Amino acid sequence: MMRVYHFTEQPYPAAWNDHGGSLRVNLPNRKCDPSTAADLYHRFYDEWMLADELGFDIMLNEHHQTATCMSSTVVVPLAILARQTSRARLLVLGYPIGHRSDPLRVAEELATIDVISHGRLEMGFIKGVPYEFPCSNQNPVTVMDKFWEAHDFILKAMTSHEEPFSWEGEFFHYRQVNIWPRPWQQPHPPVWSAAGSLANARMLGERGYVMAVLGSGYKTRPLYDAYREGYMSKGRPPPPPDRLAYLGLLAVAADEAEARRRGEIVAGYLRSGGIVWPPFRNPPGYLSVEENAGILMGRPRERTLTRDGRVVDMRSAGIQDLIDAALLFCGTPDQVYRQIVEFIDYAGGVGHLLSMGQAGFLSHADTVDGLTLFGKEVLPRLKTYPQPGAAAHKS
Amino acid sequence: MAADGIMSSLAVDGVRIEMIERGHGRPLLFLHPGIGLSPGAPVLDHLAERARLIAPIHPGFGRSEQPARFTGIDDLAYFYLDLMDALDLADATLVGVSLGGWIAAEIAVKSSARISHLVLANAVGIKAWDRETREIADIFALTEEQFNERAYFDPAAGKRDYAAMPEAQVRIIARNREATARYAWSPYMHDPKLRQRLHRIRVPTLLLWGMADRILSESYGRAYAAAITGARFEPIARAGHFPHIEAPDEFARQIFAFVDAA
Repeated sequence: MMRVYHFTEQPYPAAWNDHGGSLRVNLPNRKCDPSTAADLYHRFYDEWMLADELGFDIMLNEHHQTATCMSSTVVVPLAILARQTSRARLLVLGYPIGHRSDPLRVAEELATIDVISHGRLEMGFIKGVPYEFPCSNQNPVTVMDKFWEAHDFILKAMTSHEEPFSWEGEFFHYRQVNIWPRPWQQPHPPVWSAAGSLANARMLGERGYVMAVLGSGYKTRPLYDAYREGYMSKGRPPPPPDRLAYLGLLAVAADEAEARRRGEIVAGYLRSGGIVWPPFRNPPGYLSVEENAGILMGRPRERTLTRDGRVVDMRSAGIQDLIDAALLFCGTPDQVYRQIVEFIDYAGGVGHLLSMGQAGFLSHADTVDGLTLFGKEVLPRLKTYPQPGAAAHKS
Repeated sequence: MAADGIMSSLAVDGVRIEMIERGHGRPLLFLHPGIGLSPGAPVLDHLAERARLIAPIHPGFGRSEQPARFTGIDDLAYFYLDLMDALDLADATLVGVSLGGWIAAEIAVKSSARISHLVLANAVGIKAWDRETREIADIFALTEEQFNERAYFDPAAGKRDYAAMPEAQVRIIARNREATARYAWSPYMHDPKLRQRLHRIRVPTLLLWGMADRILSESYGRAYAAAITGARFEPIARAGHFPHIEAPDEFARQIFAFVDAA
């Protein structure tokens, strides 16, 4: 059983025509036409509602001060879709809780969305990309300490039902915590996070949370294996595929040439996502001292691999390299199915495909066509595809 | 305890730091800026000519230990008060540049029992004007080239060739940058309450100012001086934000002239 989540960052494509070297943080918001933005929001919600009808699940995220992602407060689309869809799981990946000054508010928002959606919320908590720090002004050096305190607080707020509790931590202070409503799902909605290092993958495995990885292509297996080790180190059997998620871009069409055309548009978003004023790309403390020393000395950073071991840079790679690296699933429904299944087998099981089926300039018509084709011809086959590692969990 | 002949090592409050000690006479405690301190910096020899120079590397900087519990400049100020107790310093001249000046000011408002003179060179640390005035350039929003343009009288003085440096040196640069952010990210490079506490400084105080500084303005330095009773403001013309690097000779000369006179 694989779940496929339709995802778009809700971009504002017109900004690419005139960004002055930075799409994020300092791109003046006079370049945002609220009327254009409104049309885009409604369009993206329509696409998610179609995805819901077609059997997809839904993924949402948030970024700040950026034309690449107009979802600056993810609880708004979550709330709208909690009401306007009926069956899809609603995954937020993620909620940058280390950037929030008030985790009580986060617990209240998410519990409310879980209740309105009748228990369809999946809670992904993330550190946030480097460009978030100049916006939120949270300290990049200590943000993970704050993240874990917020995490602990949110889960306690969601699972405490008898009487108000107090919290006097390093970052947060409350005296009478007692959220209304409490979440629909018990003891709380499933927790997800993302990892890019073996140490973090193992730690998420120990916690048993759903781990998503992105941009790792055919370097994903070591991350999954580190997760599996961590998961089993706590005396559990091997983790079922539904503990592991992978984010890839998707461009599908009835014929290959059209799929490639769409693939170029979607990949263009990936290639240009790093257009941001250089000092905002790497705030102090976001990376380790060793990594930063390597960058200063001009050492190339870790990249993605293709199936046959070629190094790929997702910011500059051509379409075929992106496909070979499983960063982009692109082609006819049959081709895309085979690419995904090959990746599932390589990875030892992938329970959740986070599918960026809209990006950049990809039009509403193309997005709807791709969603419909995938939903009718690929999704049913993926849902019944026997996942490696799943057999042990049939009980 | 000598580590390599240049740096010694000292533990205070269970935190082990590196320290440069040179010269004899009255103690002079030198607190370095966020870019750290090179043991080969000429200013150290100039200062050691007429004083017992004590130049610690702040916790988290260089190779000094970073305690997780140290998250603000206050933590460093209390740490150095304890260090002065541990070394039993008396009548010390306390000198700080930029971030080090902020630490020095925080120390002096808490206690000047072991301090005879205070020198704040291109110091950050106060909020001088209203909430919508950016008084301190956002160094984390500048490229290195822009930073050098703003920080130095001669921007070439800040230029670094990382590829030609030993990796250990590059790691120290990366570590200094991270530690600066840890202590000074928000509120950015200042303590909102410091200015209203500066009246507690009772020792003779000198604001020494590299006039080519465009991280801070001259008027920021003059506002700092105005908040400290009797403080003097002395310019250094051919230096920017780091006068101890660009004009080490004049930097030391002005400090000793001030100590001799006041």
